[in-house]
Amino acid sequence: MNFDLSPKQAMMQKLFREFAINEVEPIAADVDEEERFPEETVRKMGEIGMMGIPFDSRYGGGDGDNLSYILAVEELSKVCGTTGVIVSAHTSLACNPIYTYGTEEQRQKYLIPLAKGEKLGAFGLTEPNAGTDAAMQQTVAVDEGDFYRINGTKIFITNGGYADTYVVFAMTDKTKGNRGISTFIMDKDMEGFSIGKTEHKLGIKGSSTTELIFKDVMVPKENLLGPEGKGFMIAMSTLDGGRIGIAAQALGIAQGSLDQAVKYTKERKQFGRPISAFQNTQFTIADLQTKIDAARLLVYRAAYTKDMNRNYSSEAAMAKLFASEVAMEVTTKSIQLHGGYGYTRDYPVERMFRDAKITEIYEGTSEVQRMVIASKILR
Amino acid sequence: MNILVLLKQVPDTTEMKIDKEKGTLIREGVPTITNPDDLAGMEVALRLKDQYGAKVTAVTMGPPQAENMLRELYAMGADDAVLLTDRKFSGADTWATSNTLAAYIKQVDFDLIIAGRQAIDGDTAQVGPQTAEKLGLPQISYIDDVLEFSKEKIVVKKALENNYEVLECPLPCVITTLSTIAKPRYMRVMGISHAFEKDVTIKTFDDLNIDPAIIGLKGSPTKVKKTFTKEVHSNSDILNLDGKASARKVAEILMDMNFIGK
Repeated sequence: MNFDLSPKQAMMQKLFREFAINEVEPIAADVDEEERFPEETVRKMGEIGMMGIPFDSRYGGGDGDNLSYILAVEELSKVCGTTGVIVSAHTSLACNPIYTYGTEEQRQKYLIPLAKGEKLGAFGLTEPNAGTDAAMQQTVAVDEGDFYRINGTKIFITNGGYADTYVVFAMTDKTKGNRGISTFIMDKDMEGFSIGKTEHKLGIKGSSTTELIFKDVMVPKENLLGPEGKGFMIAMSTLDGGRIGIAAQALGIAQGSLDQAVKYTKERKQFGRPISAFQNTQFTIADLQTKIDAARLLVYRAAYTKDMNRNYSSEAAMAKLFASEVAMEVTTKSIQLHGGYGYTRDYPVERMFRDAKITEIYEGTSEVQRMVIASKILR
Repeated sequence: MNILVLLKQVPDTTEMKIDKEKGTLIREGVPTITNPDDLAGMEVALRLKDQYGAKVTAVTMGPPQAENMLRELYAMGADDAVLLTDRKFSGADTWATSNTLAAYIKQVDFDLIIAGRQAIDGDTAQVGPQTAEKLGLPQISYIDDVLEFSKEKIVVKKALENNYEVLECPLPCVITTLSTIAKPRYMRVMGISHAFEKDVTIKTFDDLNIDPAIIGLKGSPTKVKKTFTKEVHSNSDILNLDGKASARKVAEILMDMNFIGK
């Protein structure tokens, strides 16, 4: 057993850390304050290969592994949760299903520009009445010969509006329930495809979260991703991968927040000494770092298991469940360690606290993760 | 076109500590970085490669661990990497270092050699110029910009204390770069993925055809006698004066110190 990163992974981590500190951290507070999607960062990440890390270079990827990709999301999220989820949703939810289930033509046409970072990707599963109960899809795709006619609405779509390519789920046969769902690759320029309401959120405010509206969108048959009727399976397996990304985002937010608290408690003086000299501070920091390390081991294990091509759904669910709850605890206590200043926008822990909450909700709530884990144990 | 870039791995000086009893730097546990001026030199080479087409080779003399730095340079876009490493090379001052570098460079084809102006650990700014001397090549130090580059010549902007000179020099030659010349690019993800598949050329004493008396600690005319942190004592006088009186006082002090005329 070996707990060290390989020299290659360590070098990746060094690159991502330098990039996050130099390019992402300086604008993180503004991106949050202005609810601004950081397009310039996405372009820069594309240039150095951060938008397609785990994919084959034949498809524009970086020939890296999943653990390296996870290290990128972690390092970005240490300084900016928004940037972390942009990369995670793009890589895990848009690129990955095309890489895994796409035909050679689909990979050539859609994956290459996505993985090179020339285009941005998104994933459309959630609907107003199909959240955790994802099988309740009301978006419909009707077979009309060379095309499917798609009608419906998706909500809470990360990267919505800024993405060029969308992996979208719709019912091709309502009588079959789960087995009547199919997956489609959609272009933002397709006629009848529009972006609806943009959500104003508690955290990850620079990340774009929108409604997608499909009104008689004619999607060519060649854009069907995987076999007809396999959409639910594709959605669930895609979310398994996405969960490792969100777990890494939570891990990054937690570590970033504690790093801030450590720095602050060494500088802040009360009663004539830095507050880090008080045992209460020391014990709190010790407990939090221990939990973060435990989360990190779970997150890296999940990515490693995926890299080994083994089933990793339970590992991914554990990683997301634990890391997201650790992120909530660490960010809450990081504010406490800052006292009143931590509650202001003068210190980043306030933003990190708001960013942490969503990690317990999206890509499967903590409750769903518990269902996934329990079903594996009790089957 | 072949460009050789000379680089050095240095301790991250922001993290340096000194063993007060021995008077030496504590190197254990201190992270190493690629010397910033050298990294700027690598960026210049890679830009020349992008613009004019060239093969860029990174060359360093150092311990075996310097291989990691060379792999990072592969990940940035270097085409080749050479590590001069041997126990006999260790403990070298700038004179012995440039002897070793020159002995290697004499064996290879090149059009341009780029070295960083100086390293942040020794701050001597000697290795680049000394290497040029030993190879009998023209040199231009303190380069702030490359204006032209062709098979025959290079035109550069050299920084002086208060102004610049534009100089033209036939190739081959040696230039030394300031860290302000170019912000080094990031490594590329793909570059990292394949950096460990490439070979780093290792050259030892036996490969270099060099007199053992002019290399390493034994071949170094300078010796470090002691390393210490400069203690800063401030003997400040505190005066409580109003605006006019304090301005007069400041002016008097500056006049006494000959910063301004009387």
